[in-house]
Amino acid sequence: MRSTSAMADALSRRNLLRQAGVAGLATLAVPAWAQQMVTLPLPGGPGGRPITTGFPQKGAMILQRTRPPMLETPFEVFDQGVFTPNDRFFVRWHWSVIPTQINADSFRLAVRGQVNKPLSLSLKELMALPHIEYAAVDQCSGNSRGFFQPRVAGGEWGNGGMGNARWTGVRLKDVLDRAGVKPGAVQVRFTGLDKPPVADGPQFIKSLAVDHARDGEVMIAFAMNGQPLPLLNGFPLRLVVPGWYATYWVKMLSDIEVLDSPDTNFWMKTAYLIPDTPHADMQPGQAGVKLVPINRLNPRSFVTNLKAGATLPAGKPASVRGIAFGGDTGVKRVDFSADGGQTWHAARLGKDEGKYSFRRWETRFTPKAKGALVLMVRCTNSKGEVQPAAANWNPSGFMRNIIESTPVTVA
Amino acid sequence: MARKSLALALISTAALGTLAAQAKAPTTLKSVDVTLPRSPVALPDGPNVAVVRDNCTGCHSPEMILYQPTMPKPAWEAEVNKMRAVYKAPIDPKDMPAIVDYLTAVKGPK
Repeated sequence: MRSTSAMADALSRRNLLRQAGVAGLATLAVPAWAQQMVTLPLPGGPGGRPITTGFPQKGAMILQRTRPPMLETPFEVFDQGVFTPNDRFFVRWHWSVIPTQINADSFRLAVRGQVNKPLSLSLKELMALPHIEYAAVDQCSGNSRGFFQPRVAGGEWGNGGMGNARWTGVRLKDVLDRAGVKPGAVQVRFTGLDKPPVADGPQFIKSLAVDHARDGEVMIAFAMNGQPLPLLNGFPLRLVVPGWYATYWVKMLSDIEVLDSPDTNFWMKTAYLIPDTPHADMQPGQAGVKLVPINRLNPRSFVTNLKAGATLPAGKPASVRGIAFGGDTGVKRVDFSADGGQTWHAARLGKDEGKYSFRRWETRFTPKAKGALVLMVRCTNSKGEVQPAAANWNPSGFMRNIIESTPVTVA
Repeated sequence: MARKSLALALISTAALGTLAAQAKAPTTLKSVDVTLPRSPVALPDGPNVAVVRDNCTGCHSPEMILYQPTMPKPAWEAEVNKMRAVYKAPIDPKDMPAIVDYLTAVKGPK
């Protein structure tokens, strides 16, 4: 099931050195798969990134990091429809030791801990359970981190650390019920097959409250958009936690452990924390801010058919369209402004593919005077939550959802 | 004849398109075996570049460093400390100043 040398449980320092040395030699010539560049408009830069076609089962992607893989969806993909194709869907791993071979016959999903009957399920057994299917946005907690000001260290995404797919799988609840969750269980912890390359690095594991895990919506997905998951998106199984950030959507899910006390592992207790404030907003250097684990998505919307700096003819109707999502609930309305936010009008919403999905919006307006215009788009979700006019800030660069601006020229 | 084949080809393409749009999820999964690429990006020359390559690029490729925003020396010190203390990078403490010097030279304020 695991590949050869890269799958050693831990690399020795010597192995780390050897791997680094080989990587160093291999990088002297830029291969053909990474010669085209894109520029992300990140304040202060650097915004240059290679476009890569070198990753298995993936098309052209923005290369944020080769190892562990971190690939951004080029933004024009979001104009092509509300479902992000599997081969353009963003990729982000925390550790570099990722199996490159998965044997579908010998793979097992373990269910253990505070259960009456521990399970070891083959893919066949798992897929024999009742199937569910829904559309849901998968978005990295740090999507758009590169736009934070002041800038923060981390994966420097543009806006393409997100995607929307139709997920097919089985209810996590059904699997937990089969094992029989014992009274007193408080959380359920999820582990994938990825591992740190260093012996005592904290393995990437995440937990959900037991009631959340058993809500009947959280899914163990074996397909996205009607196809098996690409390996880098979590083949063969990944957790889908609709309406919650991707950090919980554990890839290559291989182990489910029911816990009788709150999970205090690094990735729950120390990493992926947000200020417990409106919009997860705080001041740089602010002390005494209460932090909580990141959780629900917030609403966002984007123009997808016009790029910043586009030219529109004066006096002619212009079509503007894009995507919106409500977060952990549906899109109630999308408003558009062609005057930098002074006046707004409602955009027409496209087909509703479900409350966790991207939703298309479109509108028309006729720019009158020549000169500079700032287009803005603002989503209100069905709970009445609205995108803020000012950017939030926190030291991890999480949950950006400011009203987006697209400056254009009318000529 | 040629026209007829073309028409048939168009029909089958249309049919495939419909199938793809309504794709049913798979009922079984097949084994997968892939290869991940090596980084196309090298660390630029700078003071102690070999020390940085040896200590840092075992866990992550150079892009992780090069695509960060410009940061002053104390911020780079904090990053390297985090890599060692939190993510358990096996960095020899005596290499720390050399690593921070490189990062500040390559990715510090100009």
